[in-house]
Amino acid sequence: MTHRNEIRILLNGADVAVRDVPADRTLLDYIRLERRLTGTKEGCAEGDCGACTVLVGRLHDGVLKYETVNACIRFLASLNACHIVTIEHLRGEGGGLHPIQQAMVDFHGSQCGFCTPGFVMSLYALWMENPSPTETEVETAIQGNLCRCTGYQPIVAAAMAANQYGTPANDFLTLEREEITQRLSALDDGRRIVTSPKDNRAIIPANVEDLAEVLTETPEATIIAGATDVGLWVTKFMKPISPAVFINHLNDLKSIKLTDTSLEIGAGVTYSEAQDAIRDAFPHLEAYWDRIAGQQVRNMGTIGGNIANGSPIGDTPPVLIALGATITLRRGQEQRSLPLEDFFIEYGKQDRASGEFVETIVIPRPISGQLNAAYKISKRRDEDISSVAAGFSVTVENGLITDCRIAFGGMAGTPQRAKAAEAALRGQPWNAATFAAAGKALETDFAPLTDWRASAQYRTSVARNLMQRFFLSMDDQTAEPAELLSA
Amino acid sequence: MKHDKITETDQSISGAVQTDRRHDSAEKHVTGQADYCDDIAEPYGTLHAYLGVSTIAHGLIRNVDLSKVLSAPGVVGVLTADDVPGSNDISPTGQNDEPVFPTEKTEFFGQPLFAVIAETREAARRAAELANVDYEVLPHALDPLEATEAGYPFVTAPLKLERGDSKAALKTAEHRIKGQLNIGGQDHMYLEGHIAFALPGEDDDVVVHCSTQHPSEAQHMVAHVLGVPSNAVTVNVRRMGGGFGGKESQMNLFCVVAAIAAKKWNRPVKIRPDRDQDMTATGKRHDFVVDYDVAFDGDGRIQAVDGSFAARCGYSSDLSGPVTDRALFHADNAYFYPNVRLTSRPMKTNTVSNTAFRGFGGPQGVVAAERMIEEIAYALGKDPLEIRKTNFYGDRTDGRNLTPYHQEVEDNILHRLIGELETNSDYQARRQAILEHNARSTIIKKGIALTPVKFGISFTATWYNQAGSLIHIYNDGSIHLNHGGTEMGQGLNTKVAQIVADALQVDFERIKITKTTTEKVPNTSATAASSGSDLNGMAALDAAEQLKERLVAFAAENWNVSPDTVVFRNNMVQIGQEAVSFDDLVRKAYMARVHLSAAGFYKTPKIHWDRAAGKGRPFYYYSYGAACSEVSVDTLTGEYRIEQTDILHDVGRSLNPILDKGQVEGAFIQGMGWLTTEELWWDKAGRLRTHAPSTYKIPLASDRPRKFDVRLAEWSENKERTIKRSKAVGEPPFMLGISVFEALSMAVASVAEYRECPRLDAPATPERVLLAVERLRAGS
Repeated sequence: MTHRNEIRILLNGADVAVRDVPADRTLLDYIRLERRLTGTKEGCAEGDCGACTVLVGRLHDGVLKYETVNACIRFLASLNACHIVTIEHLRGEGGGLHPIQQAMVDFHGSQCGFCTPGFVMSLYALWMENPSPTETEVETAIQGNLCRCTGYQPIVAAAMAANQYGTPANDFLTLEREEITQRLSALDDGRRIVTSPKDNRAIIPANVEDLAEVLTETPEATIIAGATDVGLWVTKFMKPISPAVFINHLNDLKSIKLTDTSLEIGAGVTYSEAQDAIRDAFPHLEAYWDRIAGQQVRNMGTIGGNIANGSPIGDTPPVLIALGATITLRRGQEQRSLPLEDFFIEYGKQDRASGEFVETIVIPRPISGQLNAAYKISKRRDEDISSVAAGFSVTVENGLITDCRIAFGGMAGTPQRAKAAEAALRGQPWNAATFAAAGKALETDFAPLTDWRASAQYRTSVARNLMQRFFLSMDDQTAEPAELLSA
Repeated sequence: MKHDKITETDQSISGAVQTDRRHDSAEKHVTGQADYCDDIAEPYGTLHAYLGVSTIAHGLIRNVDLSKVLSAPGVVGVLTADDVPGSNDISPTGQNDEPVFPTEKTEFFGQPLFAVIAETREAARRAAELANVDYEVLPHALDPLEATEAGYPFVTAPLKLERGDSKAALKTAEHRIKGQLNIGGQDHMYLEGHIAFALPGEDDDVVVHCSTQHPSEAQHMVAHVLGVPSNAVTVNVRRMGGGFGGKESQMNLFCVVAAIAAKKWNRPVKIRPDRDQDMTATGKRHDFVVDYDVAFDGDGRIQAVDGSFAARCGYSSDLSGPVTDRALFHADNAYFYPNVRLTSRPMKTNTVSNTAFRGFGGPQGVVAAERMIEEIAYALGKDPLEIRKTNFYGDRTDGRNLTPYHQEVEDNILHRLIGELETNSDYQARRQAILEHNARSTIIKKGIALTPVKFGISFTATWYNQAGSLIHIYNDGSIHLNHGGTEMGQGLNTKVAQIVADALQVDFERIKITKTTTEKVPNTSATAASSGSDLNGMAALDAAEQLKERLVAFAAENWNVSPDTVVFRNNMVQIGQEAVSFDDLVRKAYMARVHLSAAGFYKTPKIHWDRAAGKGRPFYYYSYGAACSEVSVDTLTGEYRIEQTDILHDVGRSLNPILDKGQVEGAFIQGMGWLTTEELWWDKAGRLRTHAPSTYKIPLASDRPRKFDVRLAEWSENKERTIKRSKAVGEPPFMLGISVFEALSMAVASVAEYRECPRLDAPATPERVLLAVERLRAGS
């Protein structure tokens, strides 16, 4: 089949085919500059403020699902066969204000108004899924939206009251669901898309087999899943990304298999998509998961990408290494597996050969006697990058620590296991003294850096204290830390 | 006098004063139809500018090679200092120390050196990276201490406030404590960054749309830099996506670059830095290092204070003079210092020139005052609230009402305000419960603090306390309102329209709110110092009263009744026995050739200030407030949560309670952010590394207090004749966030049995909290 050079989207009410989409064209620039849909704002161009929040509807196995995304770091080329809904499209039952908009007006949820369209979109997405949210659910839904004027109180109040203004059953997107589904299906013809121009080319493979082929042909390609990192290469550093291969749409990489012994996750599964399975298989990650970035980034970013980009401060590697996760890499038809911890060689260097891509992540489920915990320490509780992140998996039998895996992020150039601390625990009795000794041993494991997130001294202190935290919280489940603080 | 019956209001119209009128743009905000500067449709041929910046903190500029910039795709040209037709200076206080582009040396990392003009913003931005600058690197000093050590000068004249003999009193006092406090700066993080969009016109004319709190200054700067009279330059601003002081002087650079380029190429030119450049190239709240020396008696009553306030001003003066002055004006917060000496040290540093930010130096002064209170409390083993009450200003009768700048505090409501909050928040019982909790709990420690704020209202630059307005009544009865204030989210336009609606007794909807423009009201002051509605509200009232007088005179003559029988009420005008609609009266007045346009004016009475003597009455009145915050601290990680905050705040008789409450809530959260998670971090090379929301963390919804109760002191009424006896609201509640800082301090102090002041520096990040906990534990 020949390739096509055309991204086809549904933009608000209109079918739009865009030819020659540059790989690095962001959705935000497209809608503001080319379509003059100026209700969506640029606040930071790095996916942290939410002023550019729009909804993206996509068919997942034929089912239409809308999610918030940050238009500033989402590439237009990644949106083939998607429905993009901007603030201009919202309307209420009678054609006036949408229930969310009316609630925001009535509760005085805007002051300067610049962040407001983004908040409306985030709250709209929440209301569609969960019209009667708790306060915590509202806060979680707007973790990725900054407001500098209101202090948030009226915005949260508006969100809590939104269901009194209308029900999702009568919402325009609900009523148009079938029609939109059909129109989106019609946009996807199963062909590979290759856009021009040549020096700024986007490749959208048809499926995972096609991806393997594309990467064999163009091993130098930038692989883009959620674009939550690569987006910044463009918006912040103006780095060329061509040729760029987009994989976020590939259903083959979106499988989630939960068995008695493991959870197997496709590399293209987003944090949001993985959430339920993660909670079921690893209850200790439930709260931690909500602290990965903000909602928009969780809707875009993938676990595979979090691993493949090799960051020493990614949220998932430490907790996955502690659980003993392995990953599968693929090149062409060749596949190989390796323990996740071995993937990270040194800062900026991973065990990924040219043309290879991460295909799946396999996380063993806890065995009996295995105690697990995950901690994230950051300057701000939500939507922040960790100063220190830690995963603990410690197996205790008859009062003795028989096995343990403890991994830290933010303590070295890569996410790393605390080998000396583990050695200090293994075979030792389960008590405070053992963990104090392991905390001391951490000093030989890590010599962290000082940067703007935290000093070396703080990282060292916190890592040591987390050994104590783990012991205390596991030793007595009713011990005081409870709901407080480090997830 | 005209405004004697100033607190009487009639609420039969819609949008009456003293009612909860929603923000006039609320529907446009939620639908995305509110236009900000970047949303204005660009005419064909619009060019885009971007700044090229320095990559060292301090050095001589040997050569700037822009050849690669000029040959980059889409580039039309560049601007350097050589292209400035008029004066290469945008110093807002006339100190001639802030070039548009420097010629000889660069004085901070990220300083704009030139601008690229290109067909697209992206082309300009990419090309700006291609300059080849040859520097002779000089040593740099990044903070006030380094600068002092390196012998750097002050950027502007320091201030001294003195009363009594603090030296003698410090020597003879029963107790004396010296300490040092570091207070971090703060980025404004307005959601809409800087932007300017210039359109060239005939002759010397240029129109600049921009996001600024100070259109008149932008106008004057553009004229100054172009070398043309001010009457050639028009500056427009419909609304800002937040300002907070960051757009009081910092837009000058962007406005002049756009204007120079627009005139040079005779094409519209827009400039919009990205967030990183906005944060690195424009100023922020001043960091301070405060050295304090406080003497007190056994009851904790302060006898003398000596305070030195060194500020990181950056490379130029900008507004650092008045900012550091205001730090001293508020170094007393709510407390009487019998003997006092306060000095400012506005240090030059190799960092971006710091500027106005909500509170304008005042908050740093207040934090220092509260630190001294804490020191006394922990030294004596008492509740800090008790020490606060012991030291509150009194009144004339007890002689404890004189500030360090010799203004008498005549409107003190602290005792009542604090008393009510103490009761309503159940402070005493909760504090007791917290002490008991902390005695039991080893890991989670709690703290509670009830802190006051007293904030002086008026620009300390006395001539700034003036405002103008312009109101037209069209012959269909519709009203066009314009004034010199700018809208940045605070609801100023709403309040001013309410005042006009009230004066003319017509519905709010009849009044068209229009963009601020230097064409309609000249020589305006910045919308700053919380003064927006005090000044512009009065100026609008003046114009409305003039129009009303003319209409009354016309009605009296036309209907042949006495003027005092003409009464405006609920869109009608009662004229003797007859009632006519406002529209009809206007129509008839027009036909009778009555002038239906009026310019209003206002200047604040009573104020004067002699800076050299450190004496006067710089403030027309004071606003007051208090907050009680409770926190939980995890002493293993330093993380914390704000459990509860109760606020009682004084806005006099509120013009619009719901908007005022919004200001109080937002200011509290912003103040809390300043003192908790918002950390500016420069690396050793002088490069700001927290330069975008990914690295600079302002509060999120989940950082709000878990319980948050905000009330206005409804009984309060301004003693002075302000507009409807209201009080300013923009800045004072910012300092309520200090209650969180003090509560964190108490939680930390608990690990050493409250016998040692934790001396937390700000911002109290989890890191600072944990390190303080570990320091106190190690010491006890």
